[in-house]
Amino acid sequence: MKKTRTLFFVAVSVLLFSCKKDTTITKFPEEIQFVIPPGWASAHYDFSTNKLTTNGFILGRKLFYETKLSQNNAISCGSCHQQQFAFSNQYHALSAGVNGVLGTRNAPALSNLAWQTNFMWDGGITNLEVMPLAPLTNHFEMNETINNVVNKLQNDATYPYLFNNAFGTTTISSQLLLKALAQFMGMLVSSGSKYDKYEKGETSFSTNEMNGLNLFTQKCATCHTTPLFTNLQFMNFGLDSLFNDPGRAGITGAASDSGTFKVPSLRNVALSSPYMHDGRFATLADVLEHYSTGIVHSSTLSPLLNTIAPLTSMEKQDLILFLNTLTDSTFITDARFKNPN
Amino acid sequence: MKKQFFLFFLIAVFISSCKKDAPVNLNPAGSVIFKFINMAGDSNLILNNIKTYINAHNDTFSVHTFKYYISNIKLTRNDGTIFSEKESYHLIDAGNSKRTQFTLANVPYGNYTAVSFIIGVDSVRNFSGAQTGDLDPALGMFWMWDTGYIFAELAGSSPQDTAHGLNHFFSYAIIGYSGQYNALKTVRLPFYSDTAKVSPLITPQVNLKADVLEWFKTPTIISFAAVPFTDLPNQTTLNFANNYADMFTLQSIRN
Ligand code: HEC
Ligand code: HEC
Repeated sequence: MKKTRTLFFVAVSVLLFSCKKDTTITKFPEEIQFVIPPGWASAHYDFSTNKLTTNGFILGRKLFYETKLSQNNAISCGSCHQQQFAFSNQYHALSAGVNGVLGTRNAPALSNLAWQTNFMWDGGITNLEVMPLAPLTNHFEMNETINNVVNKLQNDATYPYLFNNAFGTTTISSQLLLKALAQFMGMLVSSGSKYDKYEKGETSFSTNEMNGLNLFTQKCATCHTTPLFTNLQFMNFGLDSLFNDPGRAGITGAASDSGTFKVPSLRNVALSSPYMHDGRFATLADVLEHYSTGIVHSSTLSPLLNTIAPLTSMEKQDLILFLNTLTDSTFITDARFKNPN
Repeated sequence: MKKQFFLFFLIAVFISSCKKDAPVNLNPAGSVIFKFINMAGDSNLILNNIKTYINAHNDTFSVHTFKYYISNIKLTRNDGTIFSEKESYHLIDAGNSKRTQFTLANVPYGNYTAVSFIIGVDSVRNFSGAQTGDLDPALGMFWMWDTGYIFAELAGSSPQDTAHGLNHFFSYAIIGYSGQYNALKTVRLPFYSDTAKVSPLITPQVNLKADVLEWFKTPTIISFAAVPFTDLPNQTTLNFANNYADMFTLQSIRN
């Protein structure tokens, strides 16, 4: 009974509002805007071809947390990409999809996607908008077809209405679904960490954090370049000499790319354990131990890692203290990014 | 459930009732229909696993999928002016009678003497984000692995393909929009003695043949044993594209 009433209410309000332009129902504290943090380059993702609006963002967020996007209606993007872990998850090294089937790669944290040129560990996806097609149709992840998803949403009581709010049409298409998701994902900007405040002179670093920053600048920043903490390149970080997962070479077919993976951003890295493309390391200490003493040589190893001076335990500790300053507590608690359902 | 449907229907009716009338087109322009007749040599192509054909390597094969994109269509008028269709992307699917022809609209009146188009999807649209219409990824021609469009697809089975066990399924997905293995091919077809006469009274129909045997013939003879599948931009894939670049011929124009 209650359901029918709400439905009726929705129908009536649609009838009342359907000819008007402004039909925002969800009240938002402020209009959604994409702001480039001071000092950052302009974004790679072009919002001019997908005009960001508050209604578009609201729809994208609802879709991000929508379990109807999966074949068994049980898994959403947000199941694997959880806000409290900077949109990664800590339960599985290899993310579990529908029916608990494990994939072969570790879910990365999501932030500052609008600046990225390539997505996935192997960079196989070159545009943020088409990114969701991969998990949606991946057998190990959501195992659904685009047509089914579009049909499910079209037959839902509220989605046609929300698409109308966002894009001015109740006819749902894969294109509008993807554009809405891109609006939400593009808005996931993390630039409020202690490190950012330090850079702006709003806070100071302890001596150890300072020391960690200096070590980082010397040893890590060529690959994990500020402000994104990635140079967006593909590198072999010395994990293996036999490559079960060919990494970038799986895309390019070039032997020189064997075992290279996208340099991950280290923003919020303290929250995004486990680490590496296959989730092999559980802690940041493990990662530093690898860097310090575990680099495996192979023909594609980055030359930067050929001769590494092992880190002292003091250096490791300071590096970890520095990496902790990349945690952005405003980002992981931002109410705009929360599950609205 | 019924109630939901009814409400949904109500909503739909109401929303469509708000649409404005389409703008009236004042330009003196007509249309041209393009129809694709899919062939294997001289026989009409039949999609199933019973009807068999023989390729230039003397392999026997049958076809269950034959699809390709026709894009960036340009028509040349006898006064030398060129008409380029906007948003010109058409997926032809030999297995779907609704997808073997399309109509070019807003073609200025006049006599047209040639057509050109790309087999595939121009490089920009391969990385420009979510597309719609014939480029909708739901049509199954968007490749998630190194994202981009499949320009053309030919799949079927051949006893000479021994790589795929008892089914002998071969599948060729032609992709690659940049670099040395760029598989985009431009086709130019003069109408010779024929003309497509676009006028207020005539919507010409241009009938083009597409011959699957050309995939295996010139300049590179390809056998199923040597190439059971392609799904990466590489030399083999490019060989197919170079071969099929001349698979289209003009059959007739009906004015
Ligand atoms: C079953 C868990 C799972 C689900 C569900 C899931 N993802 Fe992911 N996501 C992953 C994994 C694992 C990767 C890394 C895959 C790879 O690199 O091969 C990934 C990668 C990504 C990336 C690329 C990040 C980068 O830095 O390259 C984005 C963006 C993303 N997912 C968004 C989404 C969206 C949007 C959805 C919902 C439509 C979604 N994911 C659903 C596990 C998941
Ligand atoms: C040669 C380039 C390069 C250098 C130098 C480098 N890294 Fe990395 N880093 C990578 C790559 C590539 C990966 C991903 C490797 C993989 O998963 O196969 C990575 C992964 C990581 C990860 C895991 C992140 C995650 O989300 O899984 C951490 C943490 C990390 N690096 C920290 C550091 C620190 C600290 C330093 C300096 C002491 C450093 N890196 C130096 C290229 C580099």
